[in-house]
Amino acid sequence: MESPELTGAPPVEPPIFEKSRPGHRGAEVPAAGVETPPVAELLSGAALRAAPPALPELAEPQVVRHYTRLSHLNHAIDLGIYPLGSCTMKYNPKVNDELAALPGFAALHPYQNPSEVQGALELMWELERSLCAVTGMHRATLQPSAGAHGELVGILMIQAYHRDHGGENRDTVIVPDSAHGTNLATATMAGYRVRELPSSGRGLIDPGALQAALTERTAALMLTNPNTLGLFEEDIIEISRLTHEAGALIYYDGANLNAIMGKARPGDMGMDVVHMNLHKTFSTPHGGGGPGSGPVAVGGTLEAYLPLPLVDRRDDPGAGPYFYLECDRPRSVGRVKGFYGNVGVLVRAYAYILRMGGEGLRRASEDAVLNANYLRARLCDLYEVPFDRMCMHEFVASAARQKQETGVTARDIAKRLLDHGVHAPTIYFPLIVPEAMMIEPTESEDLASLDRFADLLRDIDREARREPAMVTEAPHTTPVRRPDETRAARQPMLRWRS
Amino acid sequence: MSYLPHTDADREAMLAAIGVSSIDDLFAPIPAQLRAGKLDLPPGLCEAEVRTRLETLAARNQVCGSASFLGAGCYNHFVPAAVRALIGRAEFLTAYTPYQAEVSQGTLQHIFEFQTAVCELTGLEVANAGMYDAPSALAEGAFLALRHTRREKLVISAGVHPEARQVVATYASGPGFAMTEVGLDAISGRTRLPDPNQLAGTGALLAQQPNFFGVIEDLTPLAEVAHAAGAMLVVMQNPMTLGLLATPGSQGADVALGDVQVFGSPMSFGGPSAGYLACRQELLRQLPGRLVGQTLDLEGRLCYALTLQAREQHIRRAKATSNICSNQALNALAATVYLALLGPAGLRELGEVCVRRAHYLQAGLLGLPGVQSAYSGPFFHEFALRLPGNAAAFAEAMRARGVEPGVPLGRFDPAFADCLLVAVTEMNTPADLDTYIAAARDGLSGGA
Repeated sequence: MESPELTGAPPVEPPIFEKSRPGHRGAEVPAAGVETPPVAELLSGAALRAAPPALPELAEPQVVRHYTRLSHLNHAIDLGIYPLGSCTMKYNPKVNDELAALPGFAALHPYQNPSEVQGALELMWELERSLCAVTGMHRATLQPSAGAHGELVGILMIQAYHRDHGGENRDTVIVPDSAHGTNLATATMAGYRVRELPSSGRGLIDPGALQAALTERTAALMLTNPNTLGLFEEDIIEISRLTHEAGALIYYDGANLNAIMGKARPGDMGMDVVHMNLHKTFSTPHGGGGPGSGPVAVGGTLEAYLPLPLVDRRDDPGAGPYFYLECDRPRSVGRVKGFYGNVGVLVRAYAYILRMGGEGLRRASEDAVLNANYLRARLCDLYEVPFDRMCMHEFVASAARQKQETGVTARDIAKRLLDHGVHAPTIYFPLIVPEAMMIEPTESEDLASLDRFADLLRDIDREARREPAMVTEAPHTTPVRRPDETRAARQPMLRWRS
Repeated sequence: MSYLPHTDADREAMLAAIGVSSIDDLFAPIPAQLRAGKLDLPPGLCEAEVRTRLETLAARNQVCGSASFLGAGCYNHFVPAAVRALIGRAEFLTAYTPYQAEVSQGTLQHIFEFQTAVCELTGLEVANAGMYDAPSALAEGAFLALRHTRREKLVISAGVHPEARQVVATYASGPGFAMTEVGLDAISGRTRLPDPNQLAGTGALLAQQPNFFGVIEDLTPLAEVAHAAGAMLVVMQNPMTLGLLATPGSQGADVALGDVQVFGSPMSFGGPSAGYLACRQELLRQLPGRLVGQTLDLEGRLCYALTLQAREQHIRRAKATSNICSNQALNALAATVYLALLGPAGLRELGEVCVRRAHYLQAGLLGLPGVQSAYSGPFFHEFALRLPGNAAAFAEAMRARGVEPGVPLGRFDPAFADCLLVAVTEMNTPADLDTYIAAARDGLSGGA
């Protein structure tokens, strides 16, 4: 690849555009098979493109090889542990992919008559009930495409509630400083000002500090529980009372729901709205960045504001249940996405819940918490764990000691892990822990895998002391080594050019 | 439970290593009064039982076949087996967002190729890694234009899909952006040019191409009036048309977006798919979502990394361009593979097949008594008809004859109760078209 801005050694696999050879084709198109005037005449009055798009021209084998080779450059949960904190990279059961691909789900058009899609609607209705059972909430929308999308829906519902209850002047959302960046961005996107709440010395929300921050301008508190330090908010009942007394509502970021299934329910904690990540807690594959699904469940306060449409059920005497899409909801915030949600993802999550059952989901959370605490116990002598006590499904270690004593940073340690075919933890998040390494093993890892991961981190600590260059120059064995991100940002090359 | 690898002996050993005696000890931080009882869900099933249950549900749905002419934003196109095989590869399917570039070059590179393909299709300089879908991308595209122009007003064409208009309205309700509508020309079905008063202070004019009624818009004058008022033109376009139609970029659009479901994703009852979002170079810093850039690694090798992340929520937090994180990467990959298989000639030919079959069907239906074209403007592969009676009743009668004739528009607006929106793709065979015409002739003449 040659370009005025960027010349380097050949990439592992050239961009597909470079492999293009004029005249090659990887797919045929049927003949029109009908007598019509020429296309140019049919489209007269429409502006036509002057030149064809420069898409690649290759036969099918060459296309398949290109993308298969690219696939070899990825780490994936099917290859090994993927302990990204807050991402819940658990195993994605194979049967779920097959079920989502059944023509009875995959070949449905969203505008078919409801009588023709009763199975799909029943599945959605049942899934909604299951998610409400797990969260202890009343109803849920399955529409949001992702967690962040769910956050926006939840905050817009809170806004609509305040509008209906004389709270138009409530213009602020309180967010703990340990929060995911999406929480702040969501609040801003919905037109709110954000007030950050410092965490207590125990890594939790301090009810006193919260009380001081709550005013008649507060619309909502957004919190994550267990929080991003992997700690359960022990004062959650007090937090809920204080917030509601101030006339504000609570948004519960359910990114970490995998810790508490069958153990505790946001509804019982007094939460008003909760989003779930089906691609985390409910095992649907991440796909390298989606599609996910971020259903949002609400208590009675917000039910009227759920987006359109909801799947409802009618039981006529003498007939079986009939499922339909309810659009007549005058206080709804409206639509948030085309059609009804990422149904292919919903099918997978529903199959997972059926497979696990209530008992299996509880077991999954128990093993997830067990695995995290086991790793914490195996690492806390070498790596600082700033809030070292029982964690939930993840914990945050710090490489501050390693950095101070050896110059090796959390990033270096992460990169060195890659040399061993192991994915790195989430690093430099949450922001309140220096040199943070946020580790979430999930319940899918067996003891051997956990031990290997712990051993590697222990070995890397030793390496940092004896031979730090092995760590600071890592990775050594990956397809590429430390892309120059500064250069990528300063001279953006965002598309291929011949 | 076969997804959970521990034996009880493993659990005991691990509890001992942690220094606690039971699983319950691990959950001690949860206040006692919050400890939930048993989850109110049925007991788990084995894989065979789950399969049976889901197959039973699937069997209660009627699969959309070649005699279906439903469209309106979701289209039945052929998906080559190679697309399914490649996106089904576990290395793509079970990977996370490419945060560690060294072990994510596969995902990063296919996103870079997607960005390139979108730029080529739209005639715009920059495209991001993907959005949730077209309607949410339209809302994000509108917000992008408002950030750039520092204005707070939107004007949206009545030719934009009514549900997409609702999505934009929902997004706009948060920050309180004003939105007004500009109607369609009653004859052509094209968006009327908004008058300067309506455009004063507007940051973005939003249009759809072809519009909801299937009419191909003339974007150039829309761009001119928008620009004259200091607004940007934001165009939501079915990318299947871009093998033939002039690019939005060449007609003055500042932002183009749409849905790549048509490129290799099944309809799946409306999701998942992926949106695309492209813009002019000068809007780059306002673009939401992920971007992959080419760079060099330590050894000077060309490679890829997520870039310009200072726009994004995980770095910029409250000041991010959007809260969006995911890019529907797998659906974007399906589109990239699909376009690589088709190539420029395949995309043009496929468009031509759709155009010719759609015009053949329309001509056949217009020959029936009382059937009229709703609008006279040029169309691609979707068109609106005005029927002599209620379109929903007609559709029901047609379904009884084995034809799903299109989307009755009364569901969106009672004023269009006699209108039917008909989409034709390469999946509708010439025989299906003739069957449709014959059944419609029968149905309209009162035959049962």
